[in-house]
Amino acid sequence: MNWKQYTVALLLTNGVMALLVYIIFRFQSLLGFNPNSNKAMEPSLAFNAAISFITNTNLQHYSGEWGLSYLSQMAAITFLMFTSAATGFAAATAFIRGIAGKKIPGNFFVDLVRTITRILIPFSVVVTLLLVSQGVPQTLTPNQTVTTIQGNLQDIPLGPVASLESIKHLGTNGGGFFGSNSSHPFENPTPLSNLIEMLSMMAIPGALVYAFGLTLKNRKQGWAIFASMAMLFLMSLSLAYYAEKSGNPALTNIGLNQSMGNMEGKEVRFGIANSALFTTITTAFTTGSVNNMHDSLTPLGGLVPLWQMMLNVIFGGEGVGLMNMLMYAILAVFLCGLMVGRTPEFLGKKIEGKEIKLIALVILIHPFIILVPSAISLLTKQGLAGITNPGFHGLSQVLYEFTSSAANNGSGFEGLIDNTLFWNISTGLVMFLGRYISIIALLAVAASLASKKPIPVGPGTFRTDNALFTVILVVVVLIVGALTFFPALALGPIAEHLTLGH
Amino acid sequence: MKTLIRAILVSLVLMVICGLAYPLAMTRISQVIFPRKANGSIVEFNGTKVGFELIGQQFGDPRFFHGRISSVNYNTYKKEDIIPDASGKTAYAGVSSGSANLAPSNKALYERVQKDIDDFIKSHPGVKKEDIPADLLTSSGSGLDPHISPAAARIQVTSISKATGIPVSDLEKLIEKHTEGRQFGIFGEPRVNVLKLNLEIANILKQKGKL
Repeated sequence: MNWKQYTVALLLTNGVMALLVYIIFRFQSLLGFNPNSNKAMEPSLAFNAAISFITNTNLQHYSGEWGLSYLSQMAAITFLMFTSAATGFAAATAFIRGIAGKKIPGNFFVDLVRTITRILIPFSVVVTLLLVSQGVPQTLTPNQTVTTIQGNLQDIPLGPVASLESIKHLGTNGGGFFGSNSSHPFENPTPLSNLIEMLSMMAIPGALVYAFGLTLKNRKQGWAIFASMAMLFLMSLSLAYYAEKSGNPALTNIGLNQSMGNMEGKEVRFGIANSALFTTITTAFTTGSVNNMHDSLTPLGGLVPLWQMMLNVIFGGEGVGLMNMLMYAILAVFLCGLMVGRTPEFLGKKIEGKEIKLIALVILIHPFIILVPSAISLLTKQGLAGITNPGFHGLSQVLYEFTSSAANNGSGFEGLIDNTLFWNISTGLVMFLGRYISIIALLAVAASLASKKPIPVGPGTFRTDNALFTVILVVVVLIVGALTFFPALALGPIAEHLTLGH
Repeated sequence: MKTLIRAILVSLVLMVICGLAYPLAMTRISQVIFPRKANGSIVEFNGTKVGFELIGQQFGDPRFFHGRISSVNYNTYKKEDIIPDASGKTAYAGVSSGSANLAPSNKALYERVQKDIDDFIKSHPGVKKEDIPADLLTSSGSGLDPHISPAAARIQVTSISKATGIPVSDLEKLIEKHTEGRQFGIFGEPRVNVLKLNLEIANILKQKGKL
């Protein structure tokens, strides 16, 4: 396959899979494995859900309890969790091959199938069993009803949860079996299951950065990129933990003891530390599963996930995160080249107009598909109708929904009433553009770099595998990110923080 | 065209492998290795199913420990709650999960907390409001949190002792018995399973013939 054929194969396969899954959602009431008699999805919701899962976003405008049959949970959701992760992984592998100077990207179908059968399925089998050992159900029996010791009735939802939960994290997918995602005791019953889920999300995107160094035969280059990501990650984690531990000053005012921290929307077994850590990881690695409700985070605690999804490079989702970071690396080289007045090079390849134009497109499309739809939502009745929290936080709810869609994360400020025609279609389009424009453009960059003659390393070469470059990369990411999104953040979480408790 | 046919074939094969073979095989294996846990860890009392270990329950009775605030009422309901009213709506809307998603700046949050503080002080005389642990007055993320912090259990002891006649020291021993520490000493937070604790109380009450 050449570069064009590789890209076409990727897009066609994703198109076919999305269509298959859309059909399952629309006819799930008739297809079997539906012991709780859930109804078929209406068209706009099925459209949103199919795009959401094929793009590795896993934004959910339904709740699993009433929205999906067991067949949909398995043959639609679990299926796409494998293939969307493998698609991102395949794209990143092709991109790395191009940057490393290989003339052809390989075969998409081979990459896709091997990623699934050699990496994702074996890991998923192990993680599934570990999760069941902690208490995550794995059964096909219908929901149960029990009579409590007080004589009330209680409904308990069940299903093939563990097999979905494992690939949900390994594939940085994030869509929950149940409405409340990984805060549900059946999705994440113990601190150990919480740790397993966090490590599962980090494993493959983290390893890919190292694999990048191996492919280049320059491990230092891999570590330089890894260090930049880790620095940004630690900054975010510190802020999230500090903000949540400090609690809500408005509740202090009415006399509620805040020494436990901000416990609204959190689970006792996780507390502040494991909630802040999970929130930071799930938005850095763009998984989008949540073990606490992000809408109830303190303003600064909520700023961290928002901010990480806006940057979309702090490790990032399966494959695409590394691609985005390498795009910033090329931009950093370009800026440094401009400052000293010589032709920029990255990994022995000249960076020229064509590559920079494509990269500029990718960098601009991300804020464009976040800020423009947010503005439209705030100007229309249908958009405003979804907001459930008053004041500055209402803006954050809208901003978060589109940022999460564009970054293919999928977590939400879940108060937003989003299962409406307006939100289903608008976020569906944003997820689609957020996924495929950057993949296509970056594969084009790789194709262009692959065709260039390598320049031998000389004394005047600007090194990209040392500490200086690591710092420059962090600064470029922060400057570009801050310039683009600071005004929106100032009107949302920052304004809420400054006014809270006064 | 050739690529399209391959795309369709690959999609169908992967759907069968990842979407059917894998989850069904995992169900079989899990049911053999972890039969209790794979079915949700059912809890029995006198031979009947009364709940699931990991899923919290709504306790309104003053003789039992109370759990966290749930915006879905722990999916517990009375028989009359599922009979539709004139407009076809039921008081219980079916199984769900989640929280009320109130922002930290939302007035509805302050009003709820204020009301709960007042109610708690009324039903637990002698308790100062700054001593009430925050987990008792905040809603959980899932609406199904089975745990409270050990401090949140201890603060309820005096009034439960009064309502049940069980001595305070016995109740404190029960709390200690059911307190789970941090996993491996470092992960998570210390916690008490409310349902398990209340089953102990139910057992004592039953022996006294008061349940």
